[in-house]
Amino acid sequence: MITYLEAIRAAQSKILADDPRAYIYGQDVGEFGGAFKATKNLAKEFPGRVIDAPISEDAMIGSAIGAAIEGLRPIIEIQYADFSTPGFNQIVNHAATLFWRTQVKCPITVRLPSGGTAGSGPFHSQSMEGVYAQYPGMVILTPATVEDAYSMLLEAVAIDDPVLFCEHKYLYYHLKAEGLPTEALPVGKARIARQGRDVTVVTYSAMVHECLAAAEELVAEGYQVEIVDLRSIKPIDTDTVLASVARTGRLLAVGEAWPWGGVTAEIVARVASEGFTLLDAPPRRLNAKNTPIPFHPNLWGTHRPTAPTIARALRELLRV
Amino acid sequence: MLDTAPVTHPATVREPFAQAYRWMLLARLLEEKLANLYRGGKINGGVFLGKGQEALSASLGMSLRKGDIFAPLIRDQAGRLAFGEEVIEAVRTYLGSRLGPMRGREGNVHRGRPQDGYYAMISHLGAMISVVCGGLMARRLKGETGAVGATCIGDGGTSTGSFHEALNLAAIEKLPLVLVIANNQFAYSTPNHREFACRDLVDKAIGYGIEGHNVDATDLDACLRVVGNAVERARSGHGPQMIVANLLRLAGHGEHDDAGYIPQELKDSPVGRDCLKLAECALLERGWMSAAELETLREETLRQIEETVATVQREPAPDPDQENWCALSNESLDDLFVAR
Ligand SMILES: Cc1ncc(C[n+]2csc(CCOP(=O)(O)OP(=O)(O)O)c2C)c(N)n1
Repeated sequence: MITYLEAIRAAQSKILADDPRAYIYGQDVGEFGGAFKATKNLAKEFPGRVIDAPISEDAMIGSAIGAAIEGLRPIIEIQYADFSTPGFNQIVNHAATLFWRTQVKCPITVRLPSGGTAGSGPFHSQSMEGVYAQYPGMVILTPATVEDAYSMLLEAVAIDDPVLFCEHKYLYYHLKAEGLPTEALPVGKARIARQGRDVTVVTYSAMVHECLAAAEELVAEGYQVEIVDLRSIKPIDTDTVLASVARTGRLLAVGEAWPWGGVTAEIVARVASEGFTLLDAPPRRLNAKNTPIPFHPNLWGTHRPTAPTIARALRELLRV
Repeated sequence: MLDTAPVTHPATVREPFAQAYRWMLLARLLEEKLANLYRGGKINGGVFLGKGQEALSASLGMSLRKGDIFAPLIRDQAGRLAFGEEVIEAVRTYLGSRLGPMRGREGNVHRGRPQDGYYAMISHLGAMISVVCGGLMARRLKGETGAVGATCIGDGGTSTGSFHEALNLAAIEKLPLVLVIANNQFAYSTPNHREFACRDLVDKAIGYGIEGHNVDATDLDACLRVVGNAVERARSGHGPQMIVANLLRLAGHGEHDDAGYIPQELKDSPVGRDCLKLAECALLERGWMSAAELETLREETLRQIEETVATVQREPAPDPDQENWCALSNESLDDLFVAR
């Protein structure tokens, strides 16, 4: 059995072995193996290519851009996605604009350990994919499975543009698979995580699993829920979403990020404008609450969508 | 000015020393209790200890007075207590009590009472320095004089852009800022030589045009003297003061971390000495406290902590149904559509 976290480590090991242009730069990633052990033993296996960074996110991203200009393929590990904000300027204003301004490619991969876990509070829990997605010039991946964590990270480093790899901390140890995949859907293709005829749930990352649990709850009530795992939130596979809504006539978009704008709003907007006639009911969204992410598990468990709240939203939607 | 700032603080006498020791002991025993609760699965999230940093932190907290600004960081339990935090505030925050200052919204070290000059840190390292600067600028704009603002950071935190921007700002404005850098040799697992390449962090003070001081933070006498002096110099118009304190983190980064990367030689070297034990020896040697008095103090302190924890464990956890899910003070401006 291999965990989501081990898959990320294995992918990085393969990248370093296969691509001499790749290197890893991040706080505590060297001998220590990273705050979450995503680079365990890699410094030993690849001497000089897994490098400890100072606590300087702006300079970490900036240096990656420089290395990319010189032909390398940096992987930057930000210790928590929340700490990418000091590097925000270099990400959105420099990495994301470089090719458009100069025709020089910027193939950097920024790993963002994202999302909430119990007791982590407002600064170790954030889901920032929607914020970054607002800016043109980046590919944004949000793997929900062990297989995708592996294959999409391999693909991320191969992509010639800046990639934000939003790996979910809640899935690190929780999620296990039999082994590593040998083939995968390409980036930009969504996956039907569960087939159903009554309602489409579009989601990504850890929320896929909450939605799967909610779908199981509804089986007893006679409902078949279809779940689309976006896999990549930029680009979004609009075709797969619309095809699913065409089958079910109902849409719920679920995300762990905050409710103003973001991925779920984008999904609803696309379905409303391109698939209005497919809908039998108004499309719905379910997101985290509109406050910072609370520390106490009682509050956190209510702040983010969970299987029971998703099931409740689905029941309401199915009754329309 | 490096190491040469005139020492205006009086030589240590019994009372500041013994009082500092009491704060240090309270902080140490409180954190040991919190670590136990963490190991027993009673605390959600992380627990981060200030073990080894108590002399420095207590000296800072004691050098400040009501009306000053204090923005402590991760390892400043002793300073928080000396600045006026009640034990119960710390325990309530760690245990997530609904009655605590953070009401379960925030945990562990992310606590404070900004309205009382006790600022509540965010996690992002370096972020508190400029905020303290702003507090001091406000005092000046309001015509208030005499206040000092103090904040702390680790060796690793000096690598942030925020650190640089804030110190430069403080220097330009000649603010009464005291920045304490606890150089505990490691930033999580990262040793000093991977965080900075200057001979001594205190040299950075020259670059900013501010006064800098070194102190051996295992030595309570030295901490009281150097920190006290820096606070006085800031208060008396000598501009920002940087203190670089040398010590070793005598714990993991957090309680999840066994700190196996800290070499034994370093632990056995002078920097690895335990400031609390040294202070205890000094109290005995100088005849300022007897062994029996020390024992009684320890027992009373432990009892106080146990009672507080027992009280807090009976307090209600936050209730999501009673929680006000609004992040604005002006609730009428909340976006009701997304607040549903
Ligand atoms: C901007 C930012 N990046 C990363 C982190 C994650 N982080 C938390 S503590 C820490 C190490 C801090 O080391 P140091 O400043 O030396 O303080 P110490 O823990 O040794 O007291 C890191 C990297 C953070 N809090 N803020």
